[in-house]
Amino acid sequence: MSATQAQETEKPQFYLTEEHHPENSTMLGFWIYLMSDCLIFAVLFATHGVLGRSYAAGPSPADLFDLPLVAFNTAMLLLSSITYGFAMLQMERGAKMETLVWLAITGLFGATFLAVELYEFHHLILEGAGPTRSAFLSSFFTLVGTHGLHVTFGTIWLVTLMVQVSRYGLTPENRRRLMCLSMFWHFLDVIWIGVFSFVYLLGVLG
Amino acid sequence: MSHETASEAHHAHGHEAGHGSFKGYMTGFILSVILTAIPFWLVMAGVLESRLLTAVLVMGIGVVQILVHMIYFLHMNPRSEGGWTLMALIFTLIIVGIALAGSLWVMHHLNANMMPMTQEMMKNMP
Repeated sequence: MSATQAQETEKPQFYLTEEHHPENSTMLGFWIYLMSDCLIFAVLFATHGVLGRSYAAGPSPADLFDLPLVAFNTAMLLLSSITYGFAMLQMERGAKMETLVWLAITGLFGATFLAVELYEFHHLILEGAGPTRSAFLSSFFTLVGTHGLHVTFGTIWLVTLMVQVSRYGLTPENRRRLMCLSMFWHFLDVIWIGVFSFVYLLGVLG
Repeated sequence: MSHETASEAHHAHGHEAGHGSFKGYMTGFILSVILTAIPFWLVMAGVLESRLLTAVLVMGIGVVQILVHMIYFLHMNPRSEGGWTLMALIFTLIIVGIALAGSLWVMHHLNANMMPMTQEMMKNMP
């Protein structure tokens, strides 16, 4: 009773009235989402750190991993990062067509990365080194698979935004969305640095 | 630095997130290529005798490359969003550090304190 009265007399304020540009809070909010995503990966990395040497008398990373293929995949992701950067620069200039072209190239690199990763997983499972073989392989498939799933959704998001941009142009909303995806895409590349260093290179090193 | 002036100009227009420049992206890209090539070369060519040194170098270079990506691709700087992005990042790094170091530490001790398995136990395993 008294609570409703209090509500009527003074309206609660949930934001700062003197905020200059509230539209920017999207970027901060998205950053915080990325940080929480970072925690998911931290836990998966910790799991792999604990289980990564438990081969259950099965194959070890040195037997399984094809480093040239991993290097190729790393190159794909790195190239997709820089081409996304170029798309953002074109977006800044307001060049719609160029933005779309660079986004398409980024998407192709992303799709290549996914294709190679799926090939690698398929190959491992055919060799009898599926996620059920040992604790090491379970944690490997979980960690690398989660990253791959992120890239998959990033690629879907990218295609969605390409449709949006080609239909409605570089509107403020689309620019904001492109900036969010930019952060997401570069973030995935940062995670991949951890994956190839910690899982593949240190794994093969033994 | 051109990036600084560019973000300053944007600030005046009401944009706060820095977008970087062609030069910034290229610098980041070239640094990343070098920082990716070195660890792959170290492991694939087996350059160093010491495994430990190689491992430390691979992880160290990885951390440097993550910093390069943060600065040149994600445009992190202490001023973006009034310092809140950096604050969120530092908080996350603390949690990540606790989760990683804690897990490895605890699980290592659990492993070390496990009762050693005898042949008899191995035979009776399900």
